[in-house]
Amino acid sequence: MQSIDITVTHPVGLHARPAADFVKLAAKFPCEIKICNLTAAGKTVNAKSILSVMTLGVQKDHVVHIETNGEREDEALQALKDLIESDFGEGAG
Amino acid sequence: MNKAQGIAVSNGIAIGPCWIYRPAVVKTERCPIQDPAGEIERLEKALTQAKQQLHALYERALASVGATEAAIFEAHQLFLDDPEFIGTIQTAIQDECINAEAAVAEISETFASQMLALEDEYFQARAQDIRDVSRRVLYCLNGISPDQLQPQSPVVILAEELTPSDTMQFDRQVILGLCTQRGGPTSHTAILARSLAVPAAVSVPFDLSNLCDGSVVVLDGSTGILICEPDDNELVAARQKQEAWNNTWRSQLSAASQSAQTRDGRTVEIVANIGGVIDARQAIDFGAEGVGLLRTEFLYLDYGRLPSEEEQVAIYREILQVMGSRPVVVRTLDIGGDKPVDYLDLRPETNPFLGWRAIRMMRDHPDVLFAQMRALLRATSPESDLRVMAPMVSCVDEVRQARQLFDEAKASLRQENRLATEKIQFGIMVEVPSAALISEHLAEYVDFFSIGTNDLTQYTLAVDRTNERVAYLASSFHPAVLRLIARTIEKAHEKGRWVGLCGEMAGDPLATPLLLGLGLDEFSMAPSSIPVVKELIRKLDVKECQEVAKLALAQPGTVAVRDLLENWLSRLA
Repeated sequence: MQSIDITVTHPVGLHARPAADFVKLAAKFPCEIKICNLTAAGKTVNAKSILSVMTLGVQKDHVVHIETNGEREDEALQALKDLIESDFGEGAG
Repeated sequence: MNKAQGIAVSNGIAIGPCWIYRPAVVKTERCPIQDPAGEIERLEKALTQAKQQLHALYERALASVGATEAAIFEAHQLFLDDPEFIGTIQTAIQDECINAEAAVAEISETFASQMLALEDEYFQARAQDIRDVSRRVLYCLNGISPDQLQPQSPVVILAEELTPSDTMQFDRQVILGLCTQRGGPTSHTAILARSLAVPAAVSVPFDLSNLCDGSVVVLDGSTGILICEPDDNELVAARQKQEAWNNTWRSQLSAASQSAQTRDGRTVEIVANIGGVIDARQAIDFGAEGVGLLRTEFLYLDYGRLPSEEEQVAIYREILQVMGSRPVVVRTLDIGGDKPVDYLDLRPETNPFLGWRAIRMMRDHPDVLFAQMRALLRATSPESDLRVMAPMVSCVDEVRQARQLFDEAKASLRQENRLATEKIQFGIMVEVPSAALISEHLAEYVDFFSIGTNDLTQYTLAVDRTNERVAYLASSFHPAVLRLIARTIEKAHEKGRWVGLCGEMAGDPLATPLLLGLGLDEFSMAPSSIPVVKELIRKLDVKECQEVAKLALAQPGTVAVRDLLENWLSRLA
């Protein structure tokens, strides 16, 4: 099992397009992927579920905990980390 | 009563058989099943079909109404790929041996109510999305195709309410008009009807039980009136109005792209009031030479929290790009206690229109206005003609402070090398009587004024705009309001500033000669009013307008002013 804590810096947090991109990327990996909003101290949910991810209420500057478990878990974690760090491909400004 | 009055949202007259949109009812009661595996297979087939439909709708929406509206259908597709949502439905079928319909309906409702519990507009809308997508799956399970819910020949569509899927589903060729019992002027129905140029009205209290498919109706999208089973006189009148409307519309639209110049050679700027990028495109189609009022409240209401500078830049940039080198006047946040917003510290007030709102929030939250100004400035390109405007100003201090924030925002970006153009104007709304009465002093700090006649009328005449019992008093043609408008224009011109007007009055042809005579430089109105007003201006002579304006200012009351203008205009024709 692999895990990471990371700050979401995209202006809309994990809603709308960023949430969709995040879930679509997670769904490409066979391993189990879970996510939890540490800032809001809520439940841990399936990262491949758009409805669950939306209800985490992740806003800009919230810290999320991501856990991958199973086949290609390292690769999955790295890909999701890259996506969040790149501000979902938009870059800053 | 065969007439019902609603809110007019898209101009034009539709006459024809009505077609009542009734979403098909699918039985969702639980019934025990013998073969859960077979039932799950049935579900899978329905899901695949639903996804195909959504993909087609997405493409269609993208082409006809743009990316913002189309995104809804992309989200719906994603819901159908959600392992939790779909997984829970499958588990219910498997473990409880229930029919797919019951499982889909029950689980969708569970997810929808979870969203509803979050008490945020964003999630309320997502709950509606879940219900919309669930209905689609139920239809697929029962072999109900969207085509079956389509009228086959041209009709006026009547409905209680229309979801985005419903509205997008209809073939443009068969829609004569759209009329719903619910919904507001910014609903999907309204946006879509305008972008398709189909006559439409919303919030029309018609009685569905008195109607059946094929009954003849008349829908007037410019007045919001629906007539069911019109008598011969009503029908003849409607046909005449329709023909006249169609003829003038055709000629106005072709002439609308030309500038508005009076007979004696004075050119005024005709621009549009808009609320977003879809309106911006439509405004250009209608002949707008720019934007005279871009409202920005939606940004603060939609997100349910403070929109960041980045988010604002993205939205403003999209609109500025559509408008190219055309002028775009953007009104900074104009919000108050009538729309309580927690994160802005906005609470219900006894008199929200006289309370802590708009520019008055700047004292406590200068950062909010500063961020908005920075975002606006950052959204420009070298060709942009941005004009930033502060609302609700009542004294010199407010303008001075707002101007200072504007200059600071500009300086900060210049330093960061992010200022694409220096050519950005700063102005204020004149909508409080005190501002009109000291306009010569306010003019020192601004490049322009824009007169907001809706609020100016409410404040001058002490008439609450939202109170129907005093609505008869609320007229911008009251000589007191006219004198304030005249004074504002006169003092601004003395200081070399230009003046626009962005209330409903700007799009009212009755007011056109009057405002032209008072020297107004810019008229900002709903896009659909532009062709009519431009055509009228071309028939007018400024000198003659100045005379009628002088007479209007001397009248004792609203009725006298209106009579004067009506007589004057009828002589013109």
